[in-house]
Amino acid sequence: MRVIDVKEVAEAVAEMAVQTNHFLGDDVKCRIKCRAMEEPWPVAKNVLEKIEENIAIAEEGVLPLCQDTGLACVFLEVGQDVHFTGGLLEDAINEGVRKGYAEGFLRKSVVGDPLRRINTKDNTPAHIHYEIVPGEQVKITFAPKGFGSENMSQIKMLPPSAGEDGVKDFVVRVCEEAGANPCPPVVVGVGIGGTFDKAALMAKKALMLPLDRENGDPYYAEMEKELLERINNLGIGPQGFGGETTALAVKIMTAPTHIAGLPVAVNINCHVSRHAERIL
Amino acid sequence: MEYRISEPFTKEKFAQLKAGDTVLLTGTVYTARDAAHKRMVEMLQEGGQLPFEIKNSVIYYVGPTPEKPGNPIGSAGPTTSYRMDAYAPVLLDLGETGMIGKGQRSQTVKEAVLRNGAVYFAAIGGAGALMAQRVESAEVIAFEDLGAEAVRKLSVKDFPVTVILDSKGGDLYSEGRAAYLESRE
Ligand code: SF4
Repeated sequence: MRVIDVKEVAEAVAEMAVQTNHFLGDDVKCRIKCRAMEEPWPVAKNVLEKIEENIAIAEEGVLPLCQDTGLACVFLEVGQDVHFTGGLLEDAINEGVRKGYAEGFLRKSVVGDPLRRINTKDNTPAHIHYEIVPGEQVKITFAPKGFGSENMSQIKMLPPSAGEDGVKDFVVRVCEEAGANPCPPVVVGVGIGGTFDKAALMAKKALMLPLDRENGDPYYAEMEKELLERINNLGIGPQGFGGETTALAVKIMTAPTHIAGLPVAVNINCHVSRHAERIL
Repeated sequence: MEYRISEPFTKEKFAQLKAGDTVLLTGTVYTARDAAHKRMVEMLQEGGQLPFEIKNSVIYYVGPTPEKPGNPIGSAGPTTSYRMDAYAPVLLDLGETGMIGKGQRSQTVKEAVLRNGAVYFAAIGGAGALMAQRVESAEVIAFEDLGAEAVRKLSVKDFPVTVILDSKGGDLYSEGRAAYLESRE
């Protein structure tokens, strides 16, 4: 058994909140750079170059990449041989968010109730998912999620007869309906199977997969490629001004499902695709 | 085309702009998002006064991050505009000449733009650090309790925007996409 003080968790969360809001992963930066070079439409190329400029300014550490510094989504994979001490784990995560958003001069974008809408003023509570895994490590993934793109996400309970084509058509339609709203170029996370909630969670987790690694299942790797091509044939382009680069990547996660169902969730992320991992 | 336009932001100056043009704006721009728009429209309904002169004004849909000491503003990119669609026509009819945001607008807003000879600009969504560098000063002038959503008076220099809806009915979101797709045929 390994003992971990929850203060370590709080510290890690606070650091990642600041880090993710100023620095993008190399995989995302690389994809944007490639697309800026390959984009055939001049207006679109220009927008992608501005986006690269923005990334460079944010890396100086003074101004966050985007003013929507997100709802703090935290994913924890907790080894089953870990014992937490020093307080409640959930409190520690929220303490980390509070600290990171205050000290990092990040925007507080959370309301305590969805209808009464009073800002909690410290960006808490975080949106937390726990998973118990083998071992004695804790893996924390921190992903601040902007709502311009979150609002363009959709879920559909398709009949199994809709099949592969039904799933693909739905994914492309969601991107077309989203248009310029989610700050394209976007990253598209797709969850197929499971239950209503599981599909949505997979779609969100898919957004955290490395963009430079192919899907391990050749069948879905092929589908990701085809979907990316279809989305980039829509012509929406960066910021919706027209062009090829509407999406940077499509990422799929799947799960077993019921004989009567084919749930599909599409979670859209913007080009400011922020996430970081830390292992304790 | 590329233009440089300085205040006052009159209809006459904006009349030449066409969907797809890029413009560098210099002068005063007011910030307001959902909550501030809601309050302003409610104030008008109750017969009150708006917190700034609406005639010839440009409103930027933004809720910036808190400014670090020594900086005029934090990251300051546009928020999605459709959430302001319910309120924008009222302000356009009172003389607002420009809106800066991102994303599609409703038919009602498009009609109000046309009726008033106004313009809808987009700033680059997700480029908040870049935009912030073109803001020279910022001052909260109303609804301080709204935090990031308070109304700020910004002084901007060469603030880069793209014309989405022009005063003659042009719409870059449909025209830009169509032009690109046509170029591939
Ligand atoms: S969708 Fe993303 S890039 Fe656009 S404003 Fe929101 S967080 Fe920023």
